[in-house]
Amino acid sequence: MKKLLAILLSVVMLLSFAACAKEKTPENPVIRMSTTTSVNDSGLLSYLLPYFEDATGYTVEVQSAGTGAAIQKAKDGNADLILVHSKASEEEFVSEGYGVERIPFMYNYFVVVGPKSDPAGVKGSESAAAAFAKIADAKANFVSRGDDSGTHKAELKIWGDNVPDSKSDSWYISAGQGMGACLTMASEKGAYCLTDKATFLANANSLELEIVLSEGEDMKNTYSLIECNPEKLDGVNTEGARALIEWMTGKECSELIAKYGEEQYGSALFYLIEE
Amino acid sequence: MNMDSELLQIIGVTLRMSFFSTVISCLIGMPLGVLIGKSVFKGKRTIKKLTGTLMGLPPVVAGLIVYMLFTKYGPFGSFGLLFTVEVMVIAQCMLIIPVVINLTESMTEINAKKLIETAKGLNFSKLKTSLLLLSENKQSLLSVVLTAFGRSIAEVGAVSLVGGNIQWKTRVMTTAIMLETNKGNFSFALALGIILLLISFVVNILASALVREDEE
Repeated sequence: MKKLLAILLSVVMLLSFAACAKEKTPENPVIRMSTTTSVNDSGLLSYLLPYFEDATGYTVEVQSAGTGAAIQKAKDGNADLILVHSKASEEEFVSEGYGVERIPFMYNYFVVVGPKSDPAGVKGSESAAAAFAKIADAKANFVSRGDDSGTHKAELKIWGDNVPDSKSDSWYISAGQGMGACLTMASEKGAYCLTDKATFLANANSLELEIVLSEGEDMKNTYSLIECNPEKLDGVNTEGARALIEWMTGKECSELIAKYGEEQYGSALFYLIEE
Repeated sequence: MNMDSELLQIIGVTLRMSFFSTVISCLIGMPLGVLIGKSVFKGKRTIKKLTGTLMGLPPVVAGLIVYMLFTKYGPFGSFGLLFTVEVMVIAQCMLIIPVVINLTESMTEINAKKLIETAKGLNFSKLKTSLLLLSENKQSLLSVVLTAFGRSIAEVGAVSLVGGNIQWKTRVMTTAIMLETNKGNFSFALALGIILLLISFVVNILASALVREDEE
C-alpha cells in the first residue's frame, strides 16, 4: 500500500513539473467556447484544438448545445467566443451588442440523405428546394430537426413558403432532437433528412441511408466565429478569444482543416473561406 | 411553441403515458411485492437485492434496451412500435416495476407477520390474506403508486430515446423542456417545468382525497 502511494505521489509530482515546464502560460489560460452540436459531433474541434493548446498554453473548454442554447449561454456571460452556423442569429447577436464582429471562416455543404430506394425520386434534383418539392409531392417521410438549430433554420429556408405542417402532414416528422438522433430516426422510418455532411459521414455505418443530393447552391453551410463583447459582458477572456480566432483563421489551422476527413472519408469535410 | 393547443396536447400525452405506466407497473409489481414480502423462501434475499439494484437502472439504459428490442431489425421490430407512446410505456414499466416490487415488498414484510397470524386464526384463504394485506396498507400503497407516477412523469432519458420527442405525437413535458432548453429558451423551459410540477401536485391531491374518502 505504501509503495503504491509513493508511486502515485511521484507520478503526480512529475506531472506537475511537466505542467510547469510549459514555456509560456497566459495570464488567463482558460478560453470558453460555446458551439453547436454539429461542430462538436464532427470531431473537428478535438482534432484542431490540441495544436492550438500546445502552441500557446491556453486551455479551451468547449461547451456544445443547440445553436439557440449555444448563443444564449454566451449572452448569459458563460463564454468568451462562439462558433456557430446560423447567419440571422449571429447577426442578431452582434447587433444586440453581445458579439464584437461576425467572422465567417469556413463552410461545407448540407446534404439530403434518404433511403437507398429513393421513393420520391430525389436523386439528380437541381437544388435542395427542388428535392424538397418532390418529397412533399410524394408525401415521403421527412425528419426535421424542429429545434431552432442552425440546420433546422437552413431547412426552413429551403422549404421557403411551403413549410409542411407537422400537425396535419403526418409524413413531416418534427423530432426536436440533435442531428445524430434525427438521422437514426430517419433510418428507422425510411425517411429523408437534411444534415451536415460531417455528422452524416461520422454515423453512416450504422444508418440505412445514403446521400441522395449534395452540393446544391442552396445547401451551403457557413460557420462563423464571434468574439464576445467585453463591454457588454463581464469576465470575458478577450485576450484568449482573440488569440484563438487569430489562430483559427491563420495559415496553420487552414492547412489542418483542409486535411481533416481526407484520410477517413476520402474528401475534406470543411472548406476555408478564401479572402 | 403554439401555446394553447400544442401545450394541451403535450400535457395529454404526458398524462396518458404516466397513467398507463403507473397502472401497468402497479398491476404487475404490487402482487409480486406482496407475494415476496409475505412468504419465507430460499433466495428471497437475492430477489430483494436484485430489485434494489434494478431500482438504480439508469433510464437511458432502459431506453436503450427497449430501443434495441423494437428497432426495425430487432426481435420485436415487426410490431412497428418504435417512436410511439406504447413503447414509451414499455420502457417506463421496465424502470418502475422494480421500484414498485421493492417498496411493496418492504411494506408487506413489516406488517405481514402479525396479520398472517390473525388471518390464520380466522381461517382465511391465501388469496383473502393477500387482499387483507393490501387493504390494511392503503396509505403506504398510495405512496408506492405516487412514487411510480412521479418517476414516470419526470423521466426524460428513456422516453426521448424510444419516443423520439416527435411533435404532435410522442412529445411529453420533459422532452419539451429539454427541447426548449436546447433552443436557448431557458425561462420558457422553466415555466414548463413549473407546469409539470403543478400537474404532479394536482394528481397528488386527487390521489390522497380518493384514499381518504375510501377510509371514511
